[in-house]
This record gives sequence, structure tokens and C-alpha cells, in this order.
Amino acid sequence: MPYNHYILVSGDSESSLNRRNELISFFEKEIAGQNLTDDVQVVSTIDTSACGMEGPFIKILPENIYIHNLTPEKVRSIVQEHLAKGIPPEGTGTEADKQFRIVLRNCGVIDPERIEDYILRDGYSALEKVIFDMTPEQVIDEIRKSGLRGRGGAGFPTGLKWSFTKEASSDQKYVVCNADEGDPGAYMDRSTLEGDPHSVLEAMAIAGCAVGADTGYIYIRAEYPLAIKRLELAIKQATELGLLGDNILGSGFSFNIEIRYGAGAFVCGEETALLASLEGERGTPKPRPPFPAVKGLWGKPTVVNNVETFANIPVVILKGSSWFSSIGSEKSKGTKVFAVTGKVKNSGLVEVPMGTPLRDIIFSISGGIRDNKKFKAVQTGGPSGGVIPEQFLDTPIDYDNLTAIGSMMGSGGMIVMDEDDCMVDVNKFYLQFSVDESCGKCAPCRIGGRELLTYLEKISGGQGELEDIEKMKRIGKAMQKASLCALGQTTSNPIQSALKYFYNEYEDHIVHKKCTAGKCVSLLKFIIITDKCVKCGVCKRVCPVSAISGDRDSGFLIDQSKCIKCGLCREKCKFEAINKG
Amino acid sequence: MKEHIDQTIKLSPEILNHVREWKDKPGNLIMILHKVQEEYGYVPREAALKLTELLDIPLAKVYGVLTFYHLFKLKKPGKYPIQVCMGTACYLKGGEDIIRELENLLGIGVNQISEDGLFSIEAVRCIGCCGLAPVMTIGGEVFGKVKREQLAEILARFKE
Repeated sequence: MPYNHYILVSGDSESSLNRRNELISFFEKEIAGQNLTDDVQVVSTIDTSACGMEGPFIKILPENIYIHNLTPEKVRSIVQEHLAKGIPPEGTGTEADKQFRIVLRNCGVIDPERIEDYILRDGYSALEKVIFDMTPEQVIDEIRKSGLRGRGGAGFPTGLKWSFTKEASSDQKYVVCNADEGDPGAYMDRSTLEGDPHSVLEAMAIAGCAVGADTGYIYIRAEYPLAIKRLELAIKQATELGLLGDNILGSGFSFNIEIRYGAGAFVCGEETALLASLEGERGTPKPRPPFPAVKGLWGKPTVVNNVETFANIPVVILKGSSWFSSIGSEKSKGTKVFAVTGKVKNSGLVEVPMGTPLRDIIFSISGGIRDNKKFKAVQTGGPSGGVIPEQFLDTPIDYDNLTAIGSMMGSGGMIVMDEDDCMVDVNKFYLQFSVDESCGKCAPCRIGGRELLTYLEKISGGQGELEDIEKMKRIGKAMQKASLCALGQTTSNPIQSALKYFYNEYEDHIVHKKCTAGKCVSLLKFIIITDKCVKCGVCKRVCPVSAISGDRDSGFLIDQSKCIKCGLCREKCKFEAINKG
Repeated sequence: MKEHIDQTIKLSPEILNHVREWKDKPGNLIMILHKVQEEYGYVPREAALKLTELLDIPLAKVYGVLTFYHLFKLKKPGKYPIQVCMGTACYLKGGEDIIRELENLLGIGVNQISEDGLFSIEAVRCIGCCGLAPVMTIGGEVFGKVKREQLAEILARFKE
């Protein structure tokens, strides 16, 4: 029986679990006290749209109101005033208009631990349709016509990928879900799996039915325990209801799904490396072709798609390819989920139609830059992407446009930077990451990445020369052309784009030995402003290396040769008398 | 040099069951190593040796996998391992400052154990709560929006 009101209790997944459970039982007690148990359902869920909110918060449906900072009094008043008497509660209706939810359609709306909730929202009816009313050719044709492209980053047409596997002849085929979300600063897939695990299971079974596979593997980061737990539960529930496993719905079609853990290797997001890891080996990539679609897991034809791609599939089947392809831009159809983080007011997941301008995502949906600072750049595509400066904020986001301006779609990480971020420093961060994660199999990536990082360290350390820039560009180009897999091919992207749009910052570091953002420690100088200094001596007392000399009569002086640039003096000075520059 | 390896180590019944369950499935090694690490907090060399017998594979193969993946540890971590997230969002919001302060407070560097064996510090990849940056976990408990000044107090709670 449907309820009149739903209270969805959410919060960032793991940190607030205990408090969330407390809140739920408190609500249930209050609701029982008002005899509203048949009227209101309290659901524990993951709401991804307001991830920046601290602690647990609730969303009331159908009113669509968010309330956070919940106290016992607030809970009581919500139950007694709103639920019992219908007086509107105080809260924010933050469901941003510009969002459009396909992938996250169920996240924060259903209880991910109850298959009934998923089924109530048309769950598994796409699978039923595929098994009983469609031929495999029709399924693949529908996916192809929808224009759906792989959401893992490269944007390969999904229907085409499936057709390769379908046409490959083999006694055994596999479907693999890539849930090895490694891009630092991205958590779309984790949230989808935690909030709506069945959508991915259903899609994998659909893929199996279409290409003729009876086994699926989910390769998931071991760092996502809650997602793993929910997937295990979801597989168990679906199998019990005959929606997965042997002889699904009595049709004769069988599909079993197993979960395998990753072990912390970014390169395993690359499909051939992922398959090597699934086979229990070191996760090093192989040259393509042959592509996994033809020769994949244990040499058998294998469909590899990422979580977000799969989450789209049931909707494409149910609503049809023409509905799906009416959303988005000319060459990129449907929606894209982004994890917007960094210096924005509201960090969180955003799902928008392809073709939405960056400005809408960063300034309308995510609330703009924190602390009234100035926008500097946004990095999409993680360590493989590039920085996008202000002049391109009105670019409609899709695969081709992002590539044209020197970045890429990637899996959906979107890191917003403000005036306090230094491009050389950010480049160094990404390079460090790529160097750490290079598997070492091919020389261009293994050696080239290390070389690039050395130049960046030299520049941020104040030792850079202008000719280093040319050298970096040349190394980058060689890596692009000669590396075995996408990791090496894209390692230099952040540097190439920063050199294109923020050349002056590199110049500042190299020629003027200056880091305007104040991030490159070696180029920093702390100086006491005598006009502001009241000679209290706090700075001298807190300096951990005794670099400050002087006394309360004559004033104080920082010895630059001793200073380790920890910034403690500046932090402790109550009179803002120490300048950092 | 002859290595001194305790050949008498006994794997727990849980691990042995797990090995039995996975033994005949292809691609089992990573799943089995996860189980070993779950119990010991790292993969002791003796346990790796035992696995070579149970699975009938060479030690080089086990170490090939162990050393490839960041998650597998060969050294024993502290009782409360501290993991500081170094994903992009946490980096931009001061993850490095958190590490530096922890190093100061505990007198150890990254990947080292404090003298009392209680803490070890590790810089880890994005743990996926970018909305809470900067983030760290201590013994599995997540701390979001961490400020440098709070660290001493947080550590003190675990020392009790």
C-alpha cells in the first residue's frame, strides 16, 4: 500500500550511519505516537544531490523539501505540525531545475536494500521485455539508435560494442561491469551502486541476453564496502525472486553475477588491465586490437561497460531509443552525471542533459565559488583531462566539445578551482598521481611521466628555465603517440592544457620566481609588515625552527635562509602583520 | 642470507574456508589475498608462503600481485591506521596540511608506525566523500571537513 508521505533519511554514506539510524528510530517513535504509522514511511537512503550537507538530513516526499540540522524538537514539530496537521515545514526545496535524472532516477528515492521498492518503480520490467518481447538484434538496435555512448570516459557507442560481442562466435561470453572508479574526485558510480544497485544488475542481465552471455562480473573497488554490501544483498534478492540466476522468469535464459574486488590500481579502469586483474593477475594493459568485445576475459568475447552506462540501459529499453535520443546534444545523447567538487559552494552529484553549459553546472546548480572567491578553472576528466578556463564556461558539455577545448569528458569528475589554486601545483598533483599509477609496462609512460614530474618539481621549486616548457611539450607528445594505453596517452593532458590557457602562470614561476596563488612553497616568502606589527612576539615564540629574531623593543625579523615556510607565524599573528608572497 | 621464516604460522579456519571456497574458481588470488589482509591488517610473508602451498602457485606470482596493487600491505600497520585522503578535492582543500600536522603530532612519517604501535599514517587515493573534503579515516571511522586544530583531540580519543 502506498503511503501519503515518505521521509527519506540520508547523509554522506558511511560517516553518519549511526546518527542516521538514531534519527530513523526517533522519527518512527514520534510517528507511532501520532498514530501515523500507516500514513508515513521512513526510508534510509543515499541522497546524492546534497552531499555537501553535514550530517544526516531528510527529504520529505511528495513535498520535495530538504531539512537538515535536525534536532529532537525539529523532528517532533515535523511530525506533529506537518505530518499530522499539514502545516508546511521549514526547509529548502533544492531540487535544481536544470538537473535531469536518468541514471540517478532512483537514488535517494528508493530504499536500495529493498528490491520491492525498485520493482515498484518499473524495476526489472526492462529485463522482462528484453527476454520475452524482443530479439537480441532488436535490443542491440535499440541501444544503437539511442546514441548511448560509454560513460567511462572514451565515449565509445555502446550498441556497437555489444554488436561486436554478439557477432563473435564462442561457447562462452561474459559481461563485465567496470566499477573501478579511480579518478580522484569522482564518486558517481559509488553513489549509483549504493543508491540503486538493482539498475546495474538488471542492465547486465539485459546485456547478457543481447550478446549471449550467461555470466557477469562486477569489478569493484575494495574501498567501497557499502556498495559491495548492497550489491551482494541485491544479487541475493534478485536471485530469490527468479530475476537473476538460472532460468530467469522461467524463460530458459540464465544469468549469474559475481562480485570481484579491485585492489587499488588506477590503471585497472582501462578495460584490458581490468580483465587481467579479474583473472587474478597484475593489472597491466594489453595492446588493442584484439578488443575485449572479441577477445576478453579468459580469451572469450566480453562486454565491458561502466556503472553509469549500465544504469542508463533499462531506461533506454523501457522508454525507447527515440525518447532517449531526444535528450542531449547532437552527437552526445542522454545525460551525464558529474561529481562537482573543489571550491564550489555545494559539492555533490549533478545529473544534467548533455549539452548543458559548464556555467549552469558550476554557478546555478552548484552555487558558484565558495567564500566569494574568483573562478579560475575547472578540470574535467581527472588526471587524463585538462583545465578549462573562464572563457569556455558557456561551452555546451559533450564528448566532442570537451575534446576540442583540450580536456575530455572522462568519467565525470569536475574539480573547480579558484584564485588560490596554482596551475603548476595542480599539474604536479595530477602528474604525481599518474606516475604513481603507471603500471610500468611500457617505456613512454614509465619514463616520460617521471621526466615530466621532474620538470614540474624543478619549476615549482624555483629552478625552472623557459626551455623546460618546450621539453615538456615534446615529451608529452611522445607519450601521447607511443604509450600502450590511455593512462600514458593522456598523462600530459593537464600540462598541455595549462600551458595553453595559463602560460603566464608558468612564466611567473620560471621568469619571476613567483607563485601568485601562494601554493609553491619554495617560492614563498614570509615578511613582517613593520607598520602593522605591534611587537608582541608571538611569531618568534611559535616559530618551530627559530627563524625569527629580535625583541619587543626593536621588533622582529624573519631569517629567510632558516624559514621553512610552514606559515605558523602568519596563522598565529592576530594583527595580520605577516605577509605571504 | 638465509631468511628466518616462521613456517609454523597457522592460518585461521576462516581463511582456510575462504581458500577452499575460492580454490577452484579462476582468478581467485586477489580475492584470497583480500581475506588474508582483512584478518592480519597486512599480508605476512609466512601467510603468503602458506598460500603458495594451498593454491599450488609460485611465491613470485603471489608477490607479483601483492606488489602491484596499492591496497595490499607487506608491513604491519598500527592498531588504528590513519588514512588521509589525497584525492583531488581533499588535496585542494588542504589534505597535505593534515598529513604534515599528523606527522608532527605523532613524530612519524607517512607509512611508519608510532612507537606505541597505535597509529600509522598513510596517504590514500580518493575515498569518495569529496563533499566532505578534507577527509581522513582512523581505524575505519571517517572524519570529514577535518581542521588541523582538531587533530590532537581526535588522536587523544583513540589513545584512551
